[in-house]
Amino acid sequence: MIAYLIRRISYALPILVGVNLLTFALFFVVNTPDDMARMQLGIKRVSPEAIARWEQQHGYDKPLFLNSAAAGIDKITDTIFWQKSASMFVLDFGYSDDGRDISREIATRMWPSLSIALPTFLIGLIVYVSFALLMTLFRATALDMAGVSLCVFLMSVSGLFYIIGGQFLVSKLWHLVPISGYAGGLDSFKFVVLPILIGIAGSVGASSRWYRTIFLEEIGKDYVRTARAKGLSELRVLFTHVLKNAMIPILTGVVVVIPLLFMGSLLTESFFGIPGLGSYTIDAINAQDFSVVRAMVFLGSLLYIVGLILTDISYTMVDPRVRLS
Amino acid sequence: MKILPVCLLVMLLSACSGGLWNDPYPASDQGKSIFYSAFTERPKHLDPAQAYSENEYVFLAQIYAPPLQYHYLKRPYQLVPLAASAMPTVRYLDRQHRLLPDNAPASRIAYSEYEIHIKPGMRYQPHPAFVPEYDHLKPVDLRGIHAIGDFPHSGTRVVTAADYVYQIKRLADPQLQVPIFGVMSDHIVGLKEYAKTLQQAVKQHPDAYLDLNKYPLRGVKVIDEHTYRIELYGKYPQFEYWLAMPFFAPMPPEAERFYAQPGMRERNLTLDWWPVGSGPYYLSENNPNQRMVLTRNPYYDSETYPSEGEPGDAAAGLLKDAGKRLPLIDKAVFTLEKETIPYWNKFLQGYYDASGISSDSFDQAVQVSVGGEATVSDAMKAQGIKLTTAVATSTMYTGFNWLDPVVGGNSERSRKLRQAISIAVDFEEFISIFANGRGIPAQSPIPPGIFGYRSGEAGINHYVYDWVNGAPRRKSIATARQLLAEAGYPNGIDAKTGQPLVIYLDTTAGGAGGKARIDWLRKQFDKINVQLVARSTDYNRFQDKIRKGDTQMFYWGWNADYPDPENFLFLLTSAQAKVGKGGENAANYSNPEYDRLFEQMKNMENSPARQAIIDRMIEILRRDSPWLWGYHPKDYVLQQSWLSNVKANVMANNKIKYWRVDPQLRDRLRRKWNQPVRWPLWLSGTAVLMFAFWLWRKLRQREEAR
Repeated sequence: MIAYLIRRISYALPILVGVNLLTFALFFVVNTPDDMARMQLGIKRVSPEAIARWEQQHGYDKPLFLNSAAAGIDKITDTIFWQKSASMFVLDFGYSDDGRDISREIATRMWPSLSIALPTFLIGLIVYVSFALLMTLFRATALDMAGVSLCVFLMSVSGLFYIIGGQFLVSKLWHLVPISGYAGGLDSFKFVVLPILIGIAGSVGASSRWYRTIFLEEIGKDYVRTARAKGLSELRVLFTHVLKNAMIPILTGVVVVIPLLFMGSLLTESFFGIPGLGSYTIDAINAQDFSVVRAMVFLGSLLYIVGLILTDISYTMVDPRVRLS
Repeated sequence: MKILPVCLLVMLLSACSGGLWNDPYPASDQGKSIFYSAFTERPKHLDPAQAYSENEYVFLAQIYAPPLQYHYLKRPYQLVPLAASAMPTVRYLDRQHRLLPDNAPASRIAYSEYEIHIKPGMRYQPHPAFVPEYDHLKPVDLRGIHAIGDFPHSGTRVVTAADYVYQIKRLADPQLQVPIFGVMSDHIVGLKEYAKTLQQAVKQHPDAYLDLNKYPLRGVKVIDEHTYRIELYGKYPQFEYWLAMPFFAPMPPEAERFYAQPGMRERNLTLDWWPVGSGPYYLSENNPNQRMVLTRNPYYDSETYPSEGEPGDAAAGLLKDAGKRLPLIDKAVFTLEKETIPYWNKFLQGYYDASGISSDSFDQAVQVSVGGEATVSDAMKAQGIKLTTAVATSTMYTGFNWLDPVVGGNSERSRKLRQAISIAVDFEEFISIFANGRGIPAQSPIPPGIFGYRSGEAGINHYVYDWVNGAPRRKSIATARQLLAEAGYPNGIDAKTGQPLVIYLDTTAGGAGGKARIDWLRKQFDKINVQLVARSTDYNRFQDKIRKGDTQMFYWGWNADYPDPENFLFLLTSAQAKVGKGGENAANYSNPEYDRLFEQMKNMENSPARQAIIDRMIEILRRDSPWLWGYHPKDYVLQQSWLSNVKANVMANNKIKYWRVDPQLRDRLRRKWNQPVRWPLWLSGTAVLMFAFWLWRKLRQREEAR
């Protein structure tokens, strides 16, 4: 397995370089260093000298990819691409264009994001799987039909509606939790409970239907009939045998998102005033802050690769037939 | 489902504690003199040399104390001393530095000298930069320090005139992005050369701390501990307005030295993040992703509440606190609210003390009487909410590019075309539809409240309006069509080519709101059979087009730096043309007569002679119509009943120190408005239990049936 992991990690390097290159190219197709400077300096009383000075201070006065005026290796290294990208491979993200340390910003913002995303993910998974198993248990009955109909209904409602509706009912009409805000430690409970509930409710339709389909496929297999023939209760059959054998497709969708949890959710965090990472990238794109955009895209792709590797590893844990080699 | 009992338990525990369940603030805040507000966008800069935006001044104006400020109550806006002990004394000098009389003509004045005396005994906020033991910190000493409050010790010291001089020197620091360096280097003697000297110094030692005190600035001198002098080129009476901005607040050199120590920047410990001021408040918590907190500066004792105001201020209760030491509020908590819905609902629940009004909430908050007067709705009135309105010192206009061969230029043909369009585009309707009536149609670039503005019949644009029954009435579309025909476009057809006249509008507007505005504008053009084509583009390309003059028409706006007509009329001078000069004249309008009058007017004191020149300038502008004059927006602010001493002042940003809150009333009303409704919890808990029981029975029946 070690050899497999080393091979996968070595595959990741060219992917990361490619993602970085693509991000850089796409960003600078839309924005020039002049545009970035103007965005940072504002539109009032901005002189060409101020723009030139901003570019020089932030290292945007160099050529993008190739510095033909330089000699030797400097032709490559004395460019915006190299200067802004090389350090990221040792996870040094540098400073945002408004002078803040990006690594510190990420480290500060990831915890509020996690305080929403992790419980939503874990409790949600339990709820979705339980609901799907319940529908499977009562398959082809009125309860199953009602469950599926409810899932389709919940899937059809926009995520934004859950947020605004939830805030209106729970916070505005019933005054049960604050509408928005955040606090550290145990005080955070009253701020995160509603976003977590809404996060779970928003995905219960799609996820439960998906898991139900997986369970229904499993429940028709020979080993289930054998288990029933042995006299096992239906609950035991479902929770012990069907659930275990349905783990591969479940893990495929679930494990890959675990590392991405701390990247947060844009909508939820904006509406609930959670100071997380959800809006960091969008804010940076709007502010044309390339330093933050490249750091977040790099981190996102890195975490996605980690998620894929973890998924592969998790297969070996739930299915002894899978060997990584 | 398992989370419900946990929620129930926690909520019951919260209920037992006596606090409101939906209170976003700690229970320990109750009963305290705290002002609660929100901000929608995090400030980019908190360094007084770099900040220039309104959302940055909300904080900076409370933290820094420049020499002057705007009188809180008096109108028209008037400058009064803040840190200065009196208004600056001005001396005019000729080329040989000989003293000139105060009434010397501007052409003879080669230099102006501003001498400023500051109040003795003013002290800075508590800050670790003033603690000698923190003078030589190493990165290892900063372990566990992530905010200024994490330093165990803090100190202060007396503000000196040298600190004001130091800050002026910072305006030329090449390591900072100072937005007003260009303007100030044209006025302050030696600032341009000083910037070059500093640039050389930085080039020689790029990583070293740049000690500005080593480099003297020719035009700015410390006279004694409490006096300094600024020398300007020529006459520039508007300079006093700049002295009311944080750009000219004092900066202790220790602060820069402190933040320049190794390891500080990596912890976001910079002057741009943690200000060091001598104003009524200091920034005690700075998490712009969540909240920013201003706390009363314990050393601020140099100012009292004004005892004079406008007629009616006393009756309005605005002079009740006259003579009391400022600030009246101990703390101001600003919470980040990116979305308007939670912001508005929290205001209604009493968790914010003041709020603006978004378009979505306008009908809920405001009702407009038959006479056009805006008041709060009955629902708001029942909550004791009050409304304050003021016309902003801003103008929102649609510009014609003077360089364009069709709509631009000084020809009679293009002038009549612009006048026809000015009549056709009904800004009264625009304000009603898109701004909920929050604005007044502009008659010229100068908004009300600024010297040079004329109200009534004398103030209307006679090229667009008639004065009928004591009010301005837009001229008829027939008049616009007539002008269009005289311009060579009868019925919207170019008489020379026989082709329909097509005008292009460049805009960044997108989404449903932007499309609605464009559709509306298209309809206005349809009235005179002129086709309007909107060219939507992204912000960068739009800015690029404006810089290059590749537009015909465009939306633009201007927010005044100071309440002087010069700050609006300069927007249309040739010297400020966007194309070629990179100035603020986005329309690239050019008229030699206007330029000449502007040069004459800009350095004059407010007087009938100045008014006469402004009248002539405005007449030229109205005739040439380089802009559709658009409108001056109106600010609407709602305030809770427990917030007092609030008076609209669009120039002053340092208003919090005058306000007062009644925390007891606030706590009582919050409690009344926010009692938790518990039945949904019991109902959902019971439903879950019943469903679980039903399920259990169903399962048992199935198992038994097998």
